[in-house]
Amino acid sequence: MAQTDRRDAPGLPDFSLLKRLARDQLIYLLEQLPGKKDLFIDADLMSPLDRIANVTTLKQHEVDKLYKVELKPVVSVSDQLCFLIRPRIQTVKWIADVVKSDKAVGRFRRYKIIFTPQKFYACETVLEEQGVYGDVTSDEWEFYLLPLDDDIISLELPEFFRDNFLEGDQRWVTTAGSALRLLHFLFGPFSKVYGIGRCAKMVYESWREQVEDGEKKAQNPDIGNVFLIDRDVDFVTPLCSQVVYEGLVDDIFRIKCGSVEFGPDVTSTDKSLKVMLNSQDKVHVGETQRKKEIWWEKQRKKKRCGMDIKQMKAFVAEELKGLKQEHRLLSLHIGACESIMKKKTKQDFQELLKTEHSLLEGFEIRECITYIEEHINRQLDYPFYNSSFYMLLYTFSTLGLLPKDYRSLKAQYLQSYGIEHLLSFANLRQIGLLVEQQPGETLTVMESKVGKLVNDKTAGKLTDAFSSLAKKSNFRALSKRLMLIPKTGEEYDLRVPRDMAYIFSGAYIPLSCKLIEQVLERDGWTGFEEVTRMLNGHEFAVTGPDGTETRNKTDPQRIILVMFLGGCTFSEISALRFLGRERGCKFIVLTTAITNSSRLLESLLDNQG
Amino acid sequence: MKESKRAVSSILVDDDDDDDDDDDDDVEKVSWSGEPVGTFSEASTRVYAPELRKPKSECKDYFSDWSPEETVKRMRKGKVYSLERFRSLQDKLLLLDEAVSAHDGNVITAVLIYLKKSLSKEIFFQELMVREIALRHYVHYLKEMEEQKTLVELMKLPFSQDDAIHVQDHYTLLERQIIIEATDKKGEAEIFKKFPRKASILNMPIITTLYYSCFYHYGESEGTFSSPANIRSTFRISEKQYILTALGARAKLKSWFDVDSLFNTKNWLGYTKKRSPIGFHRVVDILQKNNAPVQVLKDYVSLIDDAELKLSLAQKYKCHDIVIEMYRDLKDRQQLIVYQGKVERGSHEDRKIDQLLGNMQIRWKN
Repeated sequence: MAQTDRRDAPGLPDFSLLKRLARDQLIYLLEQLPGKKDLFIDADLMSPLDRIANVTTLKQHEVDKLYKVELKPVVSVSDQLCFLIRPRIQTVKWIADVVKSDKAVGRFRRYKIIFTPQKFYACETVLEEQGVYGDVTSDEWEFYLLPLDDDIISLELPEFFRDNFLEGDQRWVTTAGSALRLLHFLFGPFSKVYGIGRCAKMVYESWREQVEDGEKKAQNPDIGNVFLIDRDVDFVTPLCSQVVYEGLVDDIFRIKCGSVEFGPDVTSTDKSLKVMLNSQDKVHVGETQRKKEIWWEKQRKKKRCGMDIKQMKAFVAEELKGLKQEHRLLSLHIGACESIMKKKTKQDFQELLKTEHSLLEGFEIRECITYIEEHINRQLDYPFYNSSFYMLLYTFSTLGLLPKDYRSLKAQYLQSYGIEHLLSFANLRQIGLLVEQQPGETLTVMESKVGKLVNDKTAGKLTDAFSSLAKKSNFRALSKRLMLIPKTGEEYDLRVPRDMAYIFSGAYIPLSCKLIEQVLERDGWTGFEEVTRMLNGHEFAVTGPDGTETRNKTDPQRIILVMFLGGCTFSEISALRFLGRERGCKFIVLTTAITNSSRLLESLLDNQG
Repeated sequence: MKESKRAVSSILVDDDDDDDDDDDDDVEKVSWSGEPVGTFSEASTRVYAPELRKPKSECKDYFSDWSPEETVKRMRKGKVYSLERFRSLQDKLLLLDEAVSAHDGNVITAVLIYLKKSLSKEIFFQELMVREIALRHYVHYLKEMEEQKTLVELMKLPFSQDDAIHVQDHYTLLERQIIIEATDKKGEAEIFKKFPRKASILNMPIITTLYYSCFYHYGESEGTFSSPANIRSTFRISEKQYILTALGARAKLKSWFDVDSLFNTKNWLGYTKKRSPIGFHRVVDILQKNNAPVQVLKDYVSLIDDAELKLSLAQKYKCHDIVIEMYRDLKDRQQLIVYQGKVERGSHEDRKIDQLLGNMQIRWKN
């Protein structure tokens, strides 16, 4: 939720245009199949679709019944079936089965597949192999961007993270490039593009190519600068427990497409209620927001939290007497807070944060191992006690787990949670989240060993493979160099936050946001070579394709689009909003999906035995 | 000759212009005058320019015109393309390498699908082995297509010696679970009637199985598969893991005596003393979560080493005696007076505090 702005802050462009464009295109596609039809929607698309075109709108365009895609036989009796799906092989196989079973009983229907945001060749191949290619028509719904708030846009592609960073599949690179192209066309041209990360570079190149091939844009920019960053440049931030309000709500209740569903325990009625959690929700400005944010600081200081609730209730009763709507919303949020408090018992959460902060600072590491062990042994559940988090944070604090610790923790983890996590560990190592120290085995030694096994010309290619496998975390060094851990000497007053660390109760400045801040300040990466080396390179800073580079502080120059490839957290969004307020500029966060620690790790766990 | 060749090329379209409606037609035909096919101008060319009727192989046909680079470009834009012309291994590999350098997973996978169809497995795998990015895309594709068999052939999974042990454990565990499940399902013993099982034990992790065993089969001899002792030794469970699990189970059943025995050890003189591989504050935490009464809690609170922690937990769980004793040891009269306000008037604790406050021999610090 955006807070009260400085008076001189630049205004944000209106992104509702994106929704209208998407809506119009979808309607057009639906009309390509005239007449009544049943619509099957991918589970992942239901929430986004709801924000674009609700049931009424769909029914106005001859959609009869709506079904969720479930991999089982269809019960629809309609003569025309329309499928709105993400381009997944599994889904396409199911559709092929639907068509084939109809054929087998001699039933004739029309089938239309709408792939969004685009179709993949592999999907077409499946249709062809299953012998139904000629029986279906297919289209692409170029729905790339969903605005979640005035300053947040999501591609709603949570699979981006796993596909790209774990599986090494570059299928979404062009998609990300196309999303950028659309924004560039509507709100650009961009004058400067900065970035860091292998994927960021590829997305930039894809975007650049698409822009050069396309129509030339008039010089009327709303957005001046762009910053592209890979999720794996900073794994630590998404793993930290969130203490900003939206982060907490996301962790506990799961925010979907900018709204959250509060159950009866929160609404104090017997019904659930869906609430939009964005700037339209006028309650979240100023005082009230701050009060929630300093909550956890009080927790940490062992003061009684009851006071804050009482203060808030008093505030509600007094100040908002006349505003019924706001009152209701605020009561809901307070209910949510109370629910959060129940789930996070004060002592446990305090201990959790303490351990996390120790890991970030590099203190008392062995105690942290003990803490992790006990949590594994007690089989404590997601999302607050997941021992994986700490193992991973631990990995980053030092240079990786000692082999004996790694083996021991892994054995205990498997004993507590099951053998199916064997593959999860392999995945975590693959992506570089879990690193085991290899004493005496440096990169060069491995290279030469491998080099002996293959021809010289191929050794170079394998080097890439090994360097990604042996990627050591330099978090310790980065943290020192960038001063990510504020000095604990003076009191950190969250009411008057002085830097981005406030989003983690003053303990830690998110690495990703710090990088963005520094690069924008320096207008590039010069003088930052030490840091980029520690981040494994792939940094860039280039002028936009239209060749304009303006250094003056015009409004568009003060609006910066930050694109997170692989997801970003509410904590990072809050930090960037803070940074914007400090610098008199505005950040627009473009992300492949909103993520948090649970979702990040869940996407890496392979529970298929 | 040159003249007519130029005329021919100018008839044949240069497809690098944007044209997205290609999907239905294989080729687009535009004459040099810009008019579509089938008009008078094309007919006249046929009649008046016989040199245009050349043998097919000499004409620059559309598909064969497209290099790997152009083909990949067309594929990225969703235009019509054809991979069939890439027949030699060299051409195929050029195509693959071109796709990889374009950083478009959709195209890379499409090319791989083609290569899979048109190359023997050995050669295809061989070439994949030295192309990491292509290999990863292919592996992902196989996973999605659920072609487990091919996947296994392709990949030697990165399982270490360690992992082999874990897998072995898993099978041993499963065997044991089957045996336990067979007997327990009948639910004849008293405990199953009092606390009916909510689920089968099959496929549960080791620790869960141990918990179950501590719950339903506590005290059985090490000889039986269902006993905690047997599970502990078979699966090399550490003391810490064992105690935490047993504690949870016995506390749930409110068997405070069993809980007590977990921490008893005999020291070298033969005296029993209490010892724990986990901090006693943890023990208290677990007991409290299982609604242990104060009389039980206080025994363990008193064993906590750290004074500050001990005091705060004693206060939290209303272990008055401990609080009183600690304030006495700290010689903190003020706190004792404050605490007196928290206990029930006339109670045993109240009297005890009175007694202490009246004790002239204690040199209070405040």
